[in-house]
Amino acid sequence: MKRCVVFLLMMVFVQLNLKAQTAEELILKVKAKLDKVNDYEAKGKMKMNITFIKAPIATIKVYYKKPDQLRINNEKGISLIPKGSVNINIGAILSDAGSYDIIDAGKEDKTNFRIVRLLPKDENSNVVLSTFYIDAEQGLVRKAKTTTRDNGSYELEMAYGKYAEFGLPDKVVFSFNTKDYKLPKGVTFDYDDGSKKVTDKDKTKNRKGRVEIVYSAFVINKGIPDSIFSQGSSKR
Amino acid sequence: MLQLLRIELYKIFKRPRTYIAFIVITAIILLLQIALKADGKEYVGMMMSGMDDSFFAPPTEVLNGYTVCFIILNLLLIHVPILVALIAGDMISGEANMGTLRLLASRPASRIELLLVKFLAATIYTLALLVWVALLALGVSILLFGTNQMVIPREFEFNIIDTGDVFWRYMAAFAFASVGLITVASLAFMLSTFVDNSIVPVVGTVCVIIIFTILTQIQIPFYDSVEPYLFTTHMLGWKGFFYVKGEEGITIDGSVENLPAVLKSGAVLLGYSLLFLGIAIWHFRRKNILS
Amino acid sequence: MAAIIHVKDLSKAFGEITAVSGLSFQVPEGQVYGFLGQNGAGKSTTIRMLLTLVTPSSGSIEIFGLDLFKHRKEILRQVGAIIERPDLYKYLTAYENLKLFATMSGVRATRQKILEQLTMVGLQDRADSKVKTFSQGMKQRLGIATALIHDPRLIILDEPTNGLDPQGIADVRNLILHLSREKGKTLVISSHLLSEMELIADSMLIIDKGKKVVEGLSKELLNPDTLHVELITGDKQRTLAVLKESEWKSNILDSKDESILVMMPAASVPMLNRLLVEKGVHVFSIRPKNSLEDYFLSLTRN
Repeated sequence: MKRCVVFLLMMVFVQLNLKAQTAEELILKVKAKLDKVNDYEAKGKMKMNITFIKAPIATIKVYYKKPDQLRINNEKGISLIPKGSVNINIGAILSDAGSYDIIDAGKEDKTNFRIVRLLPKDENSNVVLSTFYIDAEQGLVRKAKTTTRDNGSYELEMAYGKYAEFGLPDKVVFSFNTKDYKLPKGVTFDYDDGSKKVTDKDKTKNRKGRVEIVYSAFVINKGIPDSIFSQGSSKR
Repeated sequence: MLQLLRIELYKIFKRPRTYIAFIVITAIILLLQIALKADGKEYVGMMMSGMDDSFFAPPTEVLNGYTVCFIILNLLLIHVPILVALIAGDMISGEANMGTLRLLASRPASRIELLLVKFLAATIYTLALLVWVALLALGVSILLFGTNQMVIPREFEFNIIDTGDVFWRYMAAFAFASVGLITVASLAFMLSTFVDNSIVPVVGTVCVIIIFTILTQIQIPFYDSVEPYLFTTHMLGWKGFFYVKGEEGITIDGSVENLPAVLKSGAVLLGYSLLFLGIAIWHFRRKNILS
Repeated sequence: MAAIIHVKDLSKAFGEITAVSGLSFQVPEGQVYGFLGQNGAGKSTTIRMLLTLVTPSSGSIEIFGLDLFKHRKEILRQVGAIIERPDLYKYLTAYENLKLFATMSGVRATRQKILEQLTMVGLQDRADSKVKTFSQGMKQRLGIATALIHDPRLIILDEPTNGLDPQGIADVRNLILHLSREKGKTLVISSHLLSEMELIADSMLIIDKGKKVVEGLSKELLNPDTLHVELITGDKQRTLAVLKESEWKSNILDSKDESILVMMPAASVPMLNRLLVEKGVHVFSIRPKNSLEDYFLSLTRN
């Protein structure tokens, strides 16, 4: 009988304990991890899969500094970077947690990840809505969907490894809608090889683009000069 | 034959007119390079305008020697053929106009020998001009802008070619361009056998190139059906070497998107050259030299 | 004397226009052969056919006993020519022009040889001047030098004294005589001036409207005792038939239009008239001409 009571109590406790981790708490937990990182410099490879782009795999260096400075440099080529790429860093999205309404949206069936939605309080905010899929146990965001006013909506998927304690992924897949791509024929003076083109519309229509970054190493909290972020020009 | 060829080359390279082409090319290319060096952002902006909304690339990286050379070659699309026509269109008609054709044709060398040697000389001039273009457009651009991955903005596609995968493409492109320019040379050359002044062949060739180029670029279905028969369409084939194959968006080094089409274009150009040269021979053999 | 050029029934039509019609003549080796006719008579077209610049519509040309169009290369290697204006490469020097044309004729000319040629035409001091700085006379002389640089056996000069001053004309005349008398070359010289030809030509051919008017040795054609009689009769064919059986059969120079030209001593004219009348030919006119010059002038005047 006593045992039963203890068991029941334990059950209740566990339940309470779990229940106690509200969406807000979960976000805080995630954020606490990320807050350990003031800055980092990461090496990695970036692959792009976008209908209208063919580019080599890029060897990149990613620089991040709190709260939302991010730069991706191609070490051996042209740093063709998707706009809004700053958001590959969850920390940047969460940097100002006080400005969101946090809504608990339950769990994802298959993975049991917690679904949390963030609604900016500022009506003029670029971000309209973010949905996080959080591995509650480890306090890691595994997936994030963000809808923005200017850059469309995009999705992040992350896999963690060595740097999980800092909330830094080994691999990020950044998916987004690309806008139309077309240049006037008179500008390009294209060579028409006579093959039937996958006609204009199919090729240029809004499509999903995918950028995959696989990190090989992070150097965390060693300080990064601000000048790195301002190099080059008007990067947002 | 070799002696005759030497004479023809001697005549070409003794003329001040010959060097005008080299000077013009040098001036145009240097001006473009200076302009791009001073204010390349605008041009990069235009190149990238197709995807401004979704992507960003630093202009300083885009504007490297390889890309600059590509931009220059694009802008020289009409100029170099004009300069080639200027000399090739003068090969026979210029002699007729000067009154020296009758002196040449009354010497032992046969008409065919004379014509072939002159054509060969025009070809060598064309190649010399192209080598000069290559040295300036590629060589000097690399010196001024360095090397990096090359950016190819296309109508519906945007290609980036790895730095190490570019140089051979340029060599192939220049080789292809030489065939294209020889076609222009042979057209001008053919026209120059028909008249006794150099204006008609030069202006005629230039007009043909400009009209054909417009037809090539214009987007009207009717003209699209004519396009494959215009040699100017095929003259753009050098660009084919910069269109890479990709797999899931990743370029495959050393690949050419449609090599058979490029080779076919080369063959078509060669065919046109032979046709023009053939007509020139046919006509010149029977021509009464009255100049 | 062997004929170095043998032209037979040569005709050339440019579309509707007949430039040369049924022309036959022979140029004996070693002679200066005067080729006379007014401008547009067909001289240039004939000369261009001799040099393969123009393809004949019909007829044959043999030079050095070989068919010109079958043995073009062999023949032209031994022919030097200037045709009409002496146009050369203006942007090259006199020396460079000579060198170039020597090579074109398959001869490797040494500097020595080129300078000799320039000396012969009096241009030794201008060897390294560009041709564009030359006067018309200098160009003409340089043109002659280019025609001679490969030491040809046959030299064809089309209007070589055109545009020259009297001294220049005399110089060219002396040069022609020198080439003929001392070097034993055969020269065909075209001109529209009989007076000029009288001084140098051993034989002459006069053409008009693409047809031969008269051909013969200059000393016979120009003999003051010989008259050139122009006959106009009622029946040309019959007249010719009568003449061909007469003692003047070899004196018929030409028969064109209605007229027939016969060369004979003045004393024979009444006999010719009597013969024709006896044979029943209606004689409309027998017009003696004092000299070939008169005849040539009359042609030119037409």
